[in-house]
Amino acid sequence: MTSGAGRAPFFRFAALLLLLVAAPAMAGPFADTMAQRMLACTGCHGPEGRAAADGYYPRIAGKPSGYLFNQLLNFRDGRRAYALMTNLLAPLDDAYLREIAAHFAGLDLPYPAPASPTLSPTDLAAAARLVADGDAARNLPACSDCHGQAMTGTAPFVPGLVGLPRDYLNAQLGAWRNGKRVAQEPDCMAAIASRLAPEEIGRISAWLASQPVPAGAKPASGFAKPMPMACGGVPATSAAGTPR
Amino acid sequence: MSLPRTVGIAGLAALGALVALAGVVAWLNLLGEERLGPAPPRIPASAELLARGEALTRAGDCTGCHTARGGRFLAGGRAIETPFGNVFASNLTPDADTGLATWSADEFWRALHHGRSKSGRLLYPAFPYPNYTRVSRADADAMFAYLQSLPPVAQANRAHTLAFPFGTQAALAVWRALYFRPAVHVDDPARSAEWNRGAYLVEGLGHCNACHSARNALGATRGTLDLQGGLIPVQNWYAPSLASPREASVAGWSRHEVVQLLKTGIAPHGFVMGPMSDVVLNSTQHLSDTDLTAMATYLQALPPPTEGDPPPAAVPAPSARGAALYKDHCVACHGERGEGVPGAYPALAGSRAVTMRSAANLVHIVLEGGFPPSTAGNPRPFGMPPFAPVLQDGDVAELLSFVRASWGNRAAPVSALDVARARTGRE
Repeated sequence: MTSGAGRAPFFRFAALLLLLVAAPAMAGPFADTMAQRMLACTGCHGPEGRAAADGYYPRIAGKPSGYLFNQLLNFRDGRRAYALMTNLLAPLDDAYLREIAAHFAGLDLPYPAPASPTLSPTDLAAAARLVADGDAARNLPACSDCHGQAMTGTAPFVPGLVGLPRDYLNAQLGAWRNGKRVAQEPDCMAAIASRLAPEEIGRISAWLASQPVPAGAKPASGFAKPMPMACGGVPATSAAGTPR
Repeated sequence: MSLPRTVGIAGLAALGALVALAGVVAWLNLLGEERLGPAPPRIPASAELLARGEALTRAGDCTGCHTARGGRFLAGGRAIETPFGNVFASNLTPDADTGLATWSADEFWRALHHGRSKSGRLLYPAFPYPNYTRVSRADADAMFAYLQSLPPVAQANRAHTLAFPFGTQAALAVWRALYFRPAVHVDDPARSAEWNRGAYLVEGLGHCNACHSARNALGATRGTLDLQGGLIPVQNWYAPSLASPREASVAGWSRHEVVQLLKTGIAPHGFVMGPMSDVVLNSTQHLSDTDLTAMATYLQALPPPTEGDPPPAAVPAPSARGAALYKDHCVACHGERGEGVPGAYPALAGSRAVTMRSAANLVHIVLEGGFPPSTAGNPRPFGMPPFAPVLQDGDVAELLSFVRASWGNRAAPVSALDVARARTGRE
């Protein structure tokens, strides 16, 4: 905060007001809606799935529906290991998981301000280069090849990388590298993460978390060119690069 | 008599007794078993037989164990966790090397009825043959025909990882001598055809008592007729008594409501969560209304336990802390007076799931949250968030003690230790 301490009471009052406004919205009368059904999810993933404050439970609002559906399947079917998610999803069928994915994908909610970068300018530049260009010598594609020029994802299967907390990005890339996060075969992100050094993962996560999400950002409608590698979560028809 | 001679005679006598005992154990293991003849030639199964076999396989909830999480249908590989170690469910698809392709209908029948594998090896009772022994030969043949019609999946069976001596055939033989006898379902002429069909399904394929009965130190239940409730080993969910009006007896429900619960997972006065969600998802939602009505008929006629009501527990006044936690976390869905929302959120006031003696399920539900199963009758269930990430053990205890002592509920408080046990027991 750059403003003086004199404004703190105002902020406290504003926060209180916000709470008063937000609380009835959560505890409002029962409605036979998806939002009501999904209170089981938003308890951890934040109001309407905008992410929780702790940085561990990621934002799910506005992520592409195919990506969300694949992750729900991965948790339920044991490819991703997190007991709370697996137990929660165990009794739900594909049709309902598809509807859950579509519900959160359809939410158009503002993103929080990015974190201030914590890296040296040299490290920042190295991370930015890897994200934008990859490293042909190590067979590393650019992140933007699949996750979109604006890194806001590519509908319907590839998630955005901006607007996510650094800890979450670190944890996911690390988990892929250690074999703790598994996607459908061929698991392209596991291959990519295995070619990254741990310190590179740290830099990429910090750089991505410090990028602002453009106003009104949406996932790209399709790939500008064919995906550089096959990914089990993306059907070949989508991966070929025909904008949808 | 000299001392060495005495010892010698005693030793011989002990050895003789041991041999005799082994003989008795072996005899009890083979009791009622006929030698299998050569396999008769296979006759192509009719569509009707296959459909019947599929329905029976559903009634037996075979997929509950024999389909691994995210794995191929009935191809095995799932670990059944027991206090003695893990038993891995086998591949039931007709794969030549890893499945049942080389089995005969006789051998399949022997597995269900006598609990022995193709080779004659004794099977572990994690495979509920103490129940399946009651399946008729005709039904076993229909199930076998259906399993043989599945697409074969090449998936090798995993070796069980049981602690010594539980993994040995000798230990199994002793267990079986103590607790297993082959049985045949016999209709009770004094009861209706519907009740008898229900008994056949509940005691046999349904293997309801595999969870709804207490197990002794050697993992044996009190028999297929006992449905008086029990803590499910390792999972630590409490499968409530289906006979006790204080727990999950459905004697006071309409028959339609019992069918509704088994078919959809929710009913006006009850809902399923935890392991029973899996049962509804994989088994009972697929059963015909006729079979569900038969099961309901049988369950509604279960005699209540003979012992009377326990003396009322000393219920301390609910704490302000518990009330505050309820207001913060629960009131939005379960209501100011624990009234819930019909069809979405269960009422807590007057709920037997809340007031029954064991609070194990309440702890699970608060920590892990959950959804009832998505079924044709309730395809888009409402869910409860997990509170494990936000509530400490002491908070969960205060909250549950409040719920168990409010709005007319009068059940004993829950301790932080109860919560800690449930939290560490699972993961």
